[in-house]
Amino acid sequence: MSDDLVNIEINGRPVQARKGQMLIHATDASGDYVPRFCYHDKLPIAANCRMCLVEVEKAPKPLPACATPVAEGMKIFTKSPKAIAAQKAVMEFLLINHPLDCPICDQGGECELQDLAVGFGRDVARYAERKRVVKDKNIGPLVSTDMTRCIHCTRCVRFTSEIQGFQELGTCGRGEHVEIGTFIEKSVEHELSGNIIDLCPVGALNSKPYRYSARAWEMTQQPLVSPHDSVGTNMFAHVLRGRVMRVVPRVNEDINENWIADRDRYSYEGLYSEDRLTKPQMREGYSWREVDWQTALHAVADRLNAVARQDAGQIGVLAAPSVTLEEAYLTQRIARGLGSNNIDHRLQRSDCSDQQFDPVFPWLGCSIAELEQTGSLLVIGSNLRKEAPLLAHRIRKAAVKRGAQVAFINARTYKYLFPVSGYLASNGIGMVDHLAAVVAAAAQAKGVTVPASVNALVAKAQASDAHRAIAAQLSSGERRIILLGALAQRDGGFAQLRALAAALSQITGAQLGYIADGGNTVAAHLAGVLPHRGVAGQSLPASGLSAADMLDAKLKSYLLVGSIEAQDLPAGAIEKMRANGFVVALSSYASAKDYADIILPIGTFAETSGTYVNVEGRWQSVPGAASPLGEARPAWKVLRVLGNLLNLSDFDYENSEQIRDELRNQTGNVIADNRYHNTAAVARHSAAEAIEVQLYSVDAIVRRATALQLTHEALQARAGEQA
Amino acid sequence: MSNTDHNAVQTGLSAHLKEEIDHWLTKFPPERKRSAVLAALRAAQHENNGFLTAQQMDAIAEYLQLPPIQVYEVASFYSMFETKPVGRYHVSVCTNISCMLCGGEELLEHVEKRLGIKVGESTSDGRFFLKREEECLAACTGAPMMMVDHVFYENLTPARVDEILDSLK
Repeated sequence: MSDDLVNIEINGRPVQARKGQMLIHATDASGDYVPRFCYHDKLPIAANCRMCLVEVEKAPKPLPACATPVAEGMKIFTKSPKAIAAQKAVMEFLLINHPLDCPICDQGGECELQDLAVGFGRDVARYAERKRVVKDKNIGPLVSTDMTRCIHCTRCVRFTSEIQGFQELGTCGRGEHVEIGTFIEKSVEHELSGNIIDLCPVGALNSKPYRYSARAWEMTQQPLVSPHDSVGTNMFAHVLRGRVMRVVPRVNEDINENWIADRDRYSYEGLYSEDRLTKPQMREGYSWREVDWQTALHAVADRLNAVARQDAGQIGVLAAPSVTLEEAYLTQRIARGLGSNNIDHRLQRSDCSDQQFDPVFPWLGCSIAELEQTGSLLVIGSNLRKEAPLLAHRIRKAAVKRGAQVAFINARTYKYLFPVSGYLASNGIGMVDHLAAVVAAAAQAKGVTVPASVNALVAKAQASDAHRAIAAQLSSGERRIILLGALAQRDGGFAQLRALAAALSQITGAQLGYIADGGNTVAAHLAGVLPHRGVAGQSLPASGLSAADMLDAKLKSYLLVGSIEAQDLPAGAIEKMRANGFVVALSSYASAKDYADIILPIGTFAETSGTYVNVEGRWQSVPGAASPLGEARPAWKVLRVLGNLLNLSDFDYENSEQIRDELRNQTGNVIADNRYHNTAAVARHSAAEAIEVQLYSVDAIVRRATALQLTHEALQARAGEQA
Repeated sequence: MSNTDHNAVQTGLSAHLKEEIDHWLTKFPPERKRSAVLAALRAAQHENNGFLTAQQMDAIAEYLQLPPIQVYEVASFYSMFETKPVGRYHVSVCTNISCMLCGGEELLEHVEKRLGIKVGESTSDGRFFLKREEECLAACTGAPMMMVDHVFYENLTPARVDEILDSLK
């Protein structure tokens, strides 16, 4: 180990650094700040801004700290007169062409150039010539450009090439005429593209929807967790007078590093869509009447009580998979308190035939950070980049940086920006057949018999070389994982897919994992928002109806929690609910008028305190960033009052932490375990193919995020729907 | 600049161009296809009346399995490549130090007046393109000099320049 270390001296203090590290790594570690623009921890080194020049003893001229490796005995001076003079000279060069428009620049107040200009800039410019002007580029609805401000650090260019995996931005032209851009008019379209805004050290790239709407120093910063996928992305809401003005990443190396998906960054626009409900509403014939909370809540309680007294089995409860843990738990308490087990959050799952073998919660099978370390992956039924952009990013890193072999079995081909070792998509046969063939190949190679649950399926499978290659890649090497994605979980043959995946896991020794379908699905599992299980996976004397079944059963009353819309439900759901039913919706949006009789307006994810449990099983609580609009209230408060009106016992929560802690005490013994214990043969439940995951229509909020809906991605998806 | 979407159907490369690119690809390691961009662009420009279209650059990118932007970067960096329609004959008058001392600047002025265009422009009949040259063209012994396409003309006088330009149809 000590061989890997070299002794250097930084500003007269001896320190040790790892061989091959750059000076800037050593100075950052020792707390000696060196100014920089182009250097970024997560990006490859470019050394083109020259701001990080430092003095090194015996070197004839200052050296860039970001591109100079440490060497034994090196003496580095970051603040010597020579170093400071070099840094000041570079700053003067950078400012030659940079406009002095900070007062009208969105970056003003949070600008790296502005900050460093205070430290290293001259008071008076010596440069009296005209500054150059660069035409702004239109790179789509998410990122605004002011290219005259660009200092050509190329962070954005390196982000597109190294992090996205497909270079969309480049440096065009030469010398004085160099410009960052796309050359031809074209939008930047990757699902993580918004991160170039945070990377840009000046005001050249800014958020288009946020443009000119607030100043950095006016806003307060509140932590959030993204409800749009099961990653549990950490973010900050920047709030002005109770309103979310924008969303930026909150660094968490274990989860999202310093990135967030565009969906997480821009969904806040959906909070303020025109059809937000600010008052409780009741249907009266063909029209709607605004009522006060008391009237609405009493009407709901009376109705639910009346149905429950007759037959509690006539009550169906659906919760969106993005509701907080607290909301999920109280929803569950109300459903079971009324005597109904008809409660579900798996709105898109069509095959629940083997649900008794579901794990207590769908676990990834490893931590998110460990995905990067995997050597071999098989992803079954997942449009990964759309489903969980940041998991796709981790897997890309594994493939690109570590040469991991990543294979897919999907109904159709999706584009991945990394080398894929095998892609089995349709070719006339379904995911089940492909997977069965891989299991057959693996069993043959290992000379073992396949588990009874899939014996019949595997027996008729025809393994090709492609199947054998995937079986081989999963059978050897370190850290192997089989992941079941949302498209597998929504498929009519999920029981078969899972049984096969489990068999493959058993034969090859690869870990079985799930990419949970929905933002807070793991929490919903733990809170018992399931027809066949109570809190923490507790078994029940009798099972209720699953989401699909309770819709088909056309019950007398439904309670929908968490802004559920028609798109979130199986086809024909609204007609089925309205057939005999009295429908109560806890929703933020007027779209609930399509199916509800009473709507209780609730706060969105940014307006309520609550807990999210991500696909690793990690609990994250946030306090709520903004105030709910109008008379809308956080759903947990609405549910608590409803619980009281229904005379349910122990419903006296004063804050969401109490609810969380109550559940937490009951889930102490839950461990992540994806093992599959079924031994009976599994049949295909239905021919239904999974409903696609559309990047920008995963939930009601995202569907209303104006800028996201203007992206090429969203426009194409809508055109596809109409066609 | 064109509005061509890089996803649009490619016009493809001519058989000759592919052959030329394949020839250059043999000179680099197989994983360094990017190295052949320069040669590919030169050949493509030659085939297309002296300028590159976005379609051509996209086709080259596709052929070399590169993001199109990497081809645009190269094309816009080098002054030998034109990315907009220009005149058939590329005329460059050197005004670097040796030529300047021997009357290169006056010569350039003469050419501008005769063709009725400024540096960087093309004549309306599409015959001449007066190129902004990045100098020096390394013919100082024959200053002042001018290059037309790839041919050097040295020890020039305004009369000789007229003669040369007149000979180009």
